[in-house]
Amino acid sequence: MRTFKIGGVHPKEYKLSAGKKTQIALLPQQAIIPLGHYLGAPSTAVVTKGDIVKVGQLIGQANGFVSANVHASVSGIVAKIDDAIDASGYKRPAVFIDVDGDDWLETIDRSSEVKREIIFTSSEIIKKIADAGIVGLGGATFPTHVKLTPPKGKKAEVLVINAVECEPYLTCDHQLMLEKGEEILVGVSILMKAINVNRAVIGIENNKKDAIAHLSQLSQTFTGIEVVSLKVQYPQGGEKQLIDAILGRQVPSGAIPIEVGAVVQNVATAFAVYEAVQKNKPLFERIITITGKSMRVQGNFWVRVGMPLANVVEQAGGMPEDTGKIVAGGPMMGRSLSTLEVAVAKGTAGVLFIPTLESTRKKMQNCMRCAKCVSACPMGLEPYLLMGQSENEMWTEMESNRVMDCIECGCCAYTCPSNRPLLDYVRYGKTTVAGIIQKRNANK
Amino acid sequence: MNLIIISLLTLVIVGAASAIILFFVSKKFEIVEDHRIDEVEEALPAANCGGCGFPGCRGFAIACVKADTLDKLICTVGGTPTMEKVAAILGKNAVAVVPTVAVVRCGGTCDLRPRTNQYDGVSSCIIEHNLYGGETACTWGCLGLGDCVISCKFDAIFINPETLLPEVDEDKCTSCGACVKACPKLIIELRKKGPKSRRIYVNCINKDKGAVNKKACSVACIGCSKCEKECDFDAITIGANLAFIDSNKCTLCRKCVVVCPTSAIVEINFPPKKAKMETVAESVK
Repeated sequence: MRTFKIGGVHPKEYKLSAGKKTQIALLPQQAIIPLGHYLGAPSTAVVTKGDIVKVGQLIGQANGFVSANVHASVSGIVAKIDDAIDASGYKRPAVFIDVDGDDWLETIDRSSEVKREIIFTSSEIIKKIADAGIVGLGGATFPTHVKLTPPKGKKAEVLVINAVECEPYLTCDHQLMLEKGEEILVGVSILMKAINVNRAVIGIENNKKDAIAHLSQLSQTFTGIEVVSLKVQYPQGGEKQLIDAILGRQVPSGAIPIEVGAVVQNVATAFAVYEAVQKNKPLFERIITITGKSMRVQGNFWVRVGMPLANVVEQAGGMPEDTGKIVAGGPMMGRSLSTLEVAVAKGTAGVLFIPTLESTRKKMQNCMRCAKCVSACPMGLEPYLLMGQSENEMWTEMESNRVMDCIECGCCAYTCPSNRPLLDYVRYGKTTVAGIIQKRNANK
Repeated sequence: MNLIIISLLTLVIVGAASAIILFFVSKKFEIVEDHRIDEVEEALPAANCGGCGFPGCRGFAIACVKADTLDKLICTVGGTPTMEKVAAILGKNAVAVVPTVAVVRCGGTCDLRPRTNQYDGVSSCIIEHNLYGGETACTWGCLGLGDCVISCKFDAIFINPETLLPEVDEDKCTSCGACVKACPKLIIELRKKGPKSRRIYVNCINKDKGAVNKKACSVACIGCSKCEKECDFDAITIGANLAFIDSNKCTLCRKCVVVCPTSAIVEINFPPKKAKMETVAESVK
């Protein structure tokens, strides 16, 4: 069975919420819709305090190239535009809306009927995607319309759909594939038309056999879409790893996938694209997984962007007593939250409760040069070396050792028998080196 | 016997020839180094802290000798006496050094700034800062992991085990600025030492809105601008919900300390207040 060739680990899967039907989360009293994005400039608010907004109305205008529109996910009155805590604990601008009913814009088609016919041209599709504020829902939340506009002189050959969901615990994409399979395939066809390719490959890990069977069967009625089953291996959901696994091509260091003729999109993004293009529905809703070993009830929930996590968790049965850490996202790459008042962002894939015993870090010991981290690194880096250089602030050496290639997957720290915080140091080095490179480019 | 004489002679000839060559070569390629550099270096405290902005004391000595005036060259460790010595050696005018000291502008102790979560990662401020906002609701305040302590070469800064905040030993602090660079939150400031080491400053750098930061920390500056109104010397400016006291304008009258509703303005090394001042403080409260 296919998988990527360099490094990787296989953590226990713990897909506890697999197969749990999605429930629709009840609306909160107040929604806090973040204007900032993980990458790029925050959007500019186009509403003011006291404005009445409807569901789907534009409230934040994209600001710059790497930025996306933000839409109201609830209807009601804008209470204020203020800073709100995001998953990192720092404050970012957000729009606070006092919820009043559930009044959708008339332009949004709310019927459940699947529209298969694509009547738009490539540029119209990309414009619709940009207007709908769609970002990559795999976690990095990179604006989708930017990804669909290849740089000059480059031509995409194949569309790769990331339905791997390699993070343990998370099941939101899995559930989406089971429930909205046909819509996803229409979304994939739309994306194929947008970048003008006639081949698309959906990569699914082998632990989701029902989803593979479901999509394979449905894909027979679509042209050019192929479903590939992949060996379970983390971080297969990384763009470069997925391309390696499916196409056997290696993206060079510092390059983007278009270099090898591929465009990668997440499966949830494909669904969002379907809704935006065929149903005129901007991106303000997504599935998140609420899970954890100590949770009595696990579940997948349809939530609106901007819902406070505390609200969603309460509907899922509340926070379990034995909780050491709350993680937004998966256990490998997710962010540990300092408070549950954080609102659901477009990239939030789940909330994971980790029991105290498992969440505490073990005591760090000396590096014994076993090179486990080197064999685990999917980018072929030497994490132990980078950590040492980061500790000693050797930025030039770090840059020549390709720290910028690090995808922060955490395989090195996961595999280290001495419990060394490799990723913490490498990430610190990466941000510092990124700053140095930026300054150097600005001076040119 | 012959063998000994021959070998001795050979050695003498080789030695003499090398000596003559070396003599001329050393004359030809002689580098005359200004003797004053050594003298200046002798006068410096040899701390090699880099606080002056040059690589070590010798680097500073070279810079002093090369420079036309000593205007911008200040040895923070030695202060005025050292600079006077240097000036005397070089025959230039010394600039009076205003003594400064590192000031930690965060008063959020464990009692006053409640923890909202627990950090168990690497014991380094910069790494924690990179990861998230910190253990308390105040994302501006001290993280208390002691990057500043590690950076200090003079053992002048230490973490107070009771408050878990760094404290500066004024006698040891040379204001070299290493801790200022080490602090990822930019809390530490080099401030005028003041007469008799008396200082008044705002012990907070939180730029959030008053209502937000008051919840996070009871001694946060809420930007109410009471102190600005009270100050007769225009020494206090309010910007981004935060007061700042200009130490050049401040006359140490202590009026602002009394009016601050959150006790964010602190006074250091002042004698205890007279009874009159206390009654004023009570009436304000």
